[in-house]
Amino acid sequence: MTTRTIAVVSAGLGRPSATRLLADRLAQATTDALAERGVTAEVVTYELRTLAHEITDAMLTGFPSGELRTALETVAGADGVIAVTPIFTTSASGLFKSFVDVIDKDALRGTPLLIGATGGTPRHSLATEYAIRPLFTYLHADTVTTAVFAATDDWAGEADDVNPLPERIRRAGVELAEKVVARPERSGAADGFDATPDFASLLNRL
Amino acid sequence: MQFGIFTVSDVTTDPTTGRTPDDTERVRAILTIAQHADQAGLDVFATGEHHNPPFVASSPTTMLGYLAGTTKNITLSTATTLITTNDPVKIAEDYAMLQVISNGRMDLMMGRGNTGPVYPWFGKDIRQGVNLAIENYALLRRLWDEEVVDWQGKFRTPLQGFTATPRPLDGVPPFVWHGSIRTPEIAEQAAYYGDGFLHNNIFWPTDHTARMVEYYRRRYEHYGHGRADQAIVGLGGQFFARKNSQDAWNEFRPYFDNAPVYGHGPSMEDFTRETPLTVGSPQQVIDRYAAMRDVVGDYQRQLFLIDHAGLPLKTVLEQIDILAEEIVPALRAELESKRPAHVPSDPPSHAERVAKARAAGTAQDQHVAGEDRWTGRAAEDDVAEPAGRGAAFGL
Repeated sequence: MTTRTIAVVSAGLGRPSATRLLADRLAQATTDALAERGVTAEVVTYELRTLAHEITDAMLTGFPSGELRTALETVAGADGVIAVTPIFTTSASGLFKSFVDVIDKDALRGTPLLIGATGGTPRHSLATEYAIRPLFTYLHADTVTTAVFAATDDWAGEADDVNPLPERIRRAGVELAEKVVARPERSGAADGFDATPDFASLLNRL
Repeated sequence: MQFGIFTVSDVTTDPTTGRTPDDTERVRAILTIAQHADQAGLDVFATGEHHNPPFVASSPTTMLGYLAGTTKNITLSTATTLITTNDPVKIAEDYAMLQVISNGRMDLMMGRGNTGPVYPWFGKDIRQGVNLAIENYALLRRLWDEEVVDWQGKFRTPLQGFTATPRPLDGVPPFVWHGSIRTPEIAEQAAYYGDGFLHNNIFWPTDHTARMVEYYRRRYEHYGHGRADQAIVGLGGQFFARKNSQDAWNEFRPYFDNAPVYGHGPSMEDFTRETPLTVGSPQQVIDRYAAMRDVVGDYQRQLFLIDHAGLPLKTVLEQIDILAEEIVPALRAELESKRPAHVPSDPPSHAERVAKARAAGTAQDQHVAGEDRWTGRAAEDDVAEPAGRGAAFGL
């Protein structure tokens, strides 16, 4: 069995957090779907709450330090990413957006990515499409078509009898797994040096 | 091994007094700082180049030309000269002039500049930053190396029969560094030409610095300029020192907390751990920077930023004295004791470059016996001569 790395980013602020709960469910669904395809998933989860100070520092100084640097390297080198945020004031949380802002603009290029979001009521569910999906489109991530939004009522199974949360989570996990399996294995984050053109190429592209 | 200082020329309010120097006071303070560094025996003074407040160093060769006449030994340099937005023709002329005036006691460092609006102000596109650096520097080299240049490129009007004057001192152009923090293409450029590479790591963790310098060294060897460990490497740095470590922390903290760039961000504890900023006793500065050779190998130039964030002139001059008297001698002894014999201690001096060029037969004539076809003539006189009279308007 081959092994692929799935980086999970959860921007939930509470402890315990419904956002983290959704993130864990999405990670499990992806792990299960990968296992069905003969692939072992190594899941690495980051709660942005613990990186909040370092994210602000990175925005002010221009470089990531400490655990944040490790998190960014893990995300950049992952075979698949699960990004989950609470919806605050019609959009991703500011902390989530700040984290996305300190990701190198090429770090997610082509990376299979699954969006998850939590909110109080299903009336916010399209925030995944108008507010979050464009972020990852801009970064050229390969985002799966199903984004999973979990409203508070979803956790009681009362919100949607036809298309309940567990089914949506399962479907999203399968979609992410299929994209991960279809891509060649990563050899860790590229550090930019191997891809540096030699001087003749630099001159030629003028 | 060279030790020196560089200024970014920020005009910043002193957070402990609320006082802000005006531009004139700041420019004159920078001159005093450079002259004091020379008298104290430091090896290098370098000025940044900026075209937006709160920075005053917009005209580096005017400043360095004055300093060439009012200092004795210190090497005058830049940190950095904007190779993207300056006309390479003007850089060739300005720095050849500085080279002649300073009798070779200068070099310069190319940088792209990271202030977005400066590019459009000078008619350039920041997205072309690397391409501008590549093309402009290639032209600059030709203007120094060749007497008469015919040139056509993408970013500047073509040149036909152009000669940059004055010709370089002794027929050998100044030594050039390239500075870049995160762009391997610039390390590649420095390696290709066999120029120096300075990583200004003052805001960056050392593992990143190590990778950039390692890449430059590897490529320097690839292009046949020498062994990787003989490549010419410089580092930025930052310190604040007092006899007692706690006094340094107490005195510097308000400046750190309110500093441009990193102020109001990470704590001084975090920042001193993550970056080369060292606040403490002279011995702590010595220990921290002696360890830099473990990060980048034996290197040739260490520049410190010491006059920013609103620090008063008196304090800056005291820091220069501490650097020159207590830090540099110990640091130099430490670093030189470990340097292998085949690795140069210093970047090449003008005299060394002249000797090498003469041995190789590549030193140029200093006087170009050009015929002046231009002075005293009207623009119209110079067109269409071969076509004969009466050919105006294409008739």
